[in-house]
Amino acid sequence: MEISLTVNGNQVRHDVEPRTLLVHHIREALGLTGTNVGCDTSSCGACTVHLDGEAVKSCTVLAVQADGCTLTTIEGLAPSEDELHPMQQAFREQHGLQCGFCTPGMVMAATSLLDEIPDPSETEVRIGLEGNLCRCTGYHNIVQAVLAAAKTGKGGTRVAVQQ
Amino acid sequence: MIPAAFDYVRAGSADEALALLAEHGDEAKVLAGGHSLIPLMKLRLATPSVLVDVGRVDDLKYIRDEGDHVAVGALTRHRDVEISAVLRRDVPILAHATSHVGDPQVRHRGTIGGSLAHGDPASDLPAVLLALGATFVVAGRDGTREVAADDFFEGFLETAIGEGELLTEIRVPKVTGAGWSFQKFNRRAQDWAIVGVACVRRGDDQVGIGLVNMDSRPVHASAAEAAIASGASVEDAAAVADEGTEPAADLNASADFRRHLARVLTKRALAEATG
Repeated sequence: MEISLTVNGNQVRHDVEPRTLLVHHIREALGLTGTNVGCDTSSCGACTVHLDGEAVKSCTVLAVQADGCTLTTIEGLAPSEDELHPMQQAFREQHGLQCGFCTPGMVMAATSLLDEIPDPSETEVRIGLEGNLCRCTGYHNIVQAVLAAAKTGKGGTRVAVQQ
Repeated sequence: MIPAAFDYVRAGSADEALALLAEHGDEAKVLAGGHSLIPLMKLRLATPSVLVDVGRVDDLKYIRDEGDHVAVGALTRHRDVEISAVLRRDVPILAHATSHVGDPQVRHRGTIGGSLAHGDPASDLPAVLLALGATFVVAGRDGTREVAADDFFEGFLETAIGEGELLTEIRVPKVTGAGWSFQKFNRRAQDWAIVGVACVRRGDDQVGIGLVNMDSRPVHASAAEAAIASGASVEDAAAVADEGTEPAADLNASADFRRHLARVLTKRALAEATG
């Protein structure tokens, strides 16, 4: 079945088998390997992307279900080649990662969280990221990074998407 | 993990979905948000040969104030239930419990109808709708019928939705101002409840209590409800919360521990709902 997607601002069309999971489509057909496959059971959040502006777990979405939708992956977040998105910058400055495997999903979940709650409390950040697992950091610096990004007022995606 | 191959058809309306279900018979499964079905298909516990995608049937996505009840379209996403002003005011337990389903990403995709049609005794929402005494609207080719929540959950992953039928609406009685409580016991964020209790107290002798994960299907704490109806104290009612249930034993809990949890959580729920 042919599907059409707007991926990080670019319109693409592909023929996919109905059983193809969105995450595999992103990694294999679109060649965007920043989105990781972790648990493959919608628990860990490493595969989090934005579908029509909201965080979803792409291991539990069929590519055919995304037909006609707007998809943003971690590669589409930064405004340019040499500038990080404020959330990415905050993760860097607050040491919000160690091995980095969960980071793309964390960043995508965190930006979606700030779209819904622009100025969250620490508790709201922790609850808002409950769908993302990190096995290195103990979450402390990740939460600090999200709070720091929120303080910039540009930690969500609403601005980036409009550009 | 990749699902077994299937044919994919997309319905643009409820009528089109019913026609597609009629055409494909029992080989077909309905796909809504996919957050119960796709995991089962990835594990090959479900291998439908046709998926009828109703995810874009927008006329089944609504939350309407209907006077004495709130009508929720089956394809309303958990996220929209969670933040609904009408539900927060008139059926706060449903909005609250929905905010504990999965995690934010899951709630952006999963739908109330999909969760209920899945009929999983470990899900949060069936217990809440049992406690509320909701009504389910099921559409078939010959029209619609209403099924009481008490008659809807027939067995493990089995509901009253027949072959070729589609759950279209959930009618939730308003309980504005009534006492309520939702108790979910799990060990890790985002996990399923090991045991959960949903409690709605409409009056001194009128209480609805639904149990999560205490039987092969979502069930009432019938003995505790009856005890309250006959004037028993919260403690005495909670002491019989597990009566008549048959909880399973698994990695998370023995059957006895589940019974213990049901009693303790029912006591907390009744206290909070009564308080």
